[in-house]
Amino acid sequence: MADQVLDAKGLNCPLPILKAKKALKTLESGQVLEVLSTDPGSVADFSAFCRTTGNELVEQSEANGIYTYLIRKSA
Amino acid sequence: MSSTDLSSGINPNTMSIIVTKGTLDWAYPPFILATTAAAMGLQVTMFFTFYGLTLLQKNLSLQISSLGNPAMKMPMMGMHMGMPNIVSAIPGVDAAATTMMKNLIKKKGVASIPELRDLAVEADVRLIACQMTLDLFEYSKDDLIDGIEIGGAATYIEVATQSHINLFI
Repeated sequence: MADQVLDAKGLNCPLPILKAKKALKTLESGQVLEVLSTDPGSVADFSAFCRTTGNELVEQSEANGIYTYLIRKSA
Repeated sequence: MSSTDLSSGINPNTMSIIVTKGTLDWAYPPFILATTAAAMGLQVTMFFTFYGLTLLQKNLSLQISSLGNPAMKMPMMGMHMGMPNIVSAIPGVDAAATTMMKNLIKKKGVASIPELRDLAVEADVRLIACQMTLDLFEYSKDDLIDGIEIGGAATYIEVATQSHINLFI
């Protein structure tokens, strides 16, 4: 279960990333953020964001055009 | 990632952008890259010069220009319509194109420029306005948003020597 859910549906690049970053700031290390997005570009972007920032992309999936990401805050 | 690049002595998580363009469409690349880089943990500096300086004005009234923009094709009536340079001479065309662009921006969930600029300020992106441009176009610091610095070419070059990524837009 995620500690916080960010609904970024309908938002385009770079807003899902910027809002995810803001949400992660409010979490403790080890807590998990769930992000919902309809932006197909977010698939590559959340991977790149997590690789660069060191946060862990625990899981990602897609259903009916909605992309779901589980990100564990690392630091 | 916050370690120092041993070969150059430069922190790899640093970026600078020279912002030279002030139309609505060209305002996007620098602000998108700056806010995203900041979100990814980079220290970002933006240097606003020439027409880019307009992006720091308190009251933004950005327009797009169809002039010199031959690749611009807007989705209209189910197809993409080009904007030949000559139509930009017709009064009202750029205003109409701007309205159309703003409607698309809203409809597609793209951030507005004021929104991205606020996010950049919030993310501690360092904003430097070019003094020479202020003089040249007769602006004062009071015309610009709070929290910016004023500087010149040497100020930027110093930033650039300390930045791993340097972009000119």
